[in-house]
Amino acid sequence: MTNPDTKTERYESASEPVDEPLVQIRDLVYCRGERTIFDGMDINIARGKLTAIMGPSGTGKTTLLRLIGGQLRPDAGTVHVDGQSVPELGYRSLYELRKRMGMLFQNGALLTDLNVFDNVAFPLREHTQLNETMIRDLVLMKLHAVGLRGARDLMPSELSGGMARRVALARAIALDPMMIMYDEPFTGQDPISMGVLVSLLRTLTDALGLTSVVVSHDVQESLSIADYVYVISAGKVVEHGSPDDLRQSQSSWVQQFIQGKRDGPVPFHFPATDYADDLFGGGN
Amino acid sequence: MLDQLQKLGATALGVAERLGRGHLFLWHVLGGFPALLPRFGLVINQLFSVGVLSLLIIAVSGLFVGMVLALQGYNTLVDFGATESLGVMVALSLVRELGPVVGGLLFAGRAGSALTAEIGLMKATEQLSAMEMMAVDPLHRVVAPRFMAGILAMPLLAAIFSALGVIGGYFVAVGLLGVDEGAFWSQMQAKVDLYEDILNGVIKSIVFGFVVTWIAVFEGYDAVPTSEGVSRATTNTVVHGSLAVLGLDFILTALMFG
Repeated sequence: MTNPDTKTERYESASEPVDEPLVQIRDLVYCRGERTIFDGMDINIARGKLTAIMGPSGTGKTTLLRLIGGQLRPDAGTVHVDGQSVPELGYRSLYELRKRMGMLFQNGALLTDLNVFDNVAFPLREHTQLNETMIRDLVLMKLHAVGLRGARDLMPSELSGGMARRVALARAIALDPMMIMYDEPFTGQDPISMGVLVSLLRTLTDALGLTSVVVSHDVQESLSIADYVYVISAGKVVEHGSPDDLRQSQSSWVQQFIQGKRDGPVPFHFPATDYADDLFGGGN
Repeated sequence: MLDQLQKLGATALGVAERLGRGHLFLWHVLGGFPALLPRFGLVINQLFSVGVLSLLIIAVSGLFVGMVLALQGYNTLVDFGATESLGVMVALSLVRELGPVVGGLLFAGRAGSALTAEIGLMKATEQLSAMEMMAVDPLHRVVAPRFMAGILAMPLLAAIFSALGVIGGYFVAVGLLGVDEGAFWSQMQAKVDLYEDILNGVIKSIVFGFVVTWIAVFEGYDAVPTSEGVSRATTNTVVHGSLAVLGLDFILTALMFG
């Protein structure tokens, strides 16, 4: 466990996950305009495990996934995936690496002109020479895994939010990738869809031996399935450890975050002048 | 004063940067053309939405433009007793100028705006990002087929515009104004040159198709991924596309007939 008030510890420390992580991020600095999103962040994603990356809205969790996937380049620091330095990869090497990575976008990002079947078949048709019979079997297996084999003929506009994400999940595992990144998979879901997704993430990680990275601010759901958790805020890792470690964290900030307390180190009120002065100051 | 200069400089830099981005974008998209040949079905699909769905407005406009040309031309030519030349006048106006130019303007309004909105919305809903993460280059898979379809569709649409314009002109000239039918067609056949007139018109329409489609797909791909951003990009396509057609028409006309 790290102290949020000290500089983030390096991966080599004894409390870190496992050897040879699939994703290694070191001294990551990324700025958007004048704003620094990440300021010297270190993260390791262990192979075959489900790692949750949590933090308040706007801390750059989705940006982190885009940096891992090579859609953005860091201003400083390194991002290694399976031993390859992502920012230094050329066009072809990056696309080859992405064939072994899946990503589930927050809204599913299904191709709206294709039905469910064709959406899942899309990466298979683009990257393999399989015949249509084989593709059909594979697509039905993937759809069956997410419980939507019967919805194969529906268009994306006919799906609920939860179903769209499950179809996107089936598409993400179509090429049997080594890792999947989930961007806010639980946001805006009803309890049943949430339960289904939570269970699917854990089951797929275990059954397929996947490395899963879940970016989320849904604390309880993430803690219930994660093997390891990073909490990030203000561009740094403020805490990391197993879900139990996190629950017992001494950091008041972490406790406020995981318990959803209204007030604490993160104040309820946005910084402002004195309330009484503001009310009785006559607008001056 | 210094502020104004600073703003002017920033604007100029912004325009130069965007132009540079647009050319790099074009280079990347053209790089995807060879891969389209074995998958020409992707282009055929886009030819339907870019070309076939634009047919109605092109056909109706061409017909009416030809009819108006005949009416206006007759009023001028009748003073000189040269109404037999009405067919030539209508045909030359259409194949040299109005077919490619009005066709290009309509193409920018109908197909260009649709391309921008479609690609912009795909960007806003992260479909393009999802493709990138599936190791599928959206510039090759989404943009290149649309670009090729636009380049192929525009000359065909301009030709249809001109053909229907001639038919519209014929109805008005022969059917309504009593111009001799034989003179209408024979003079047209004698005076309209395949290379000088028709081929130059086709070259113009190919250039307009290329530029309008380039602007349309780039605006969509470069759009700010919000509803307002897509709306602005769509407007830009129509405005910039139309201005490009009119400006290039002058340059091409000067080169071809000047």
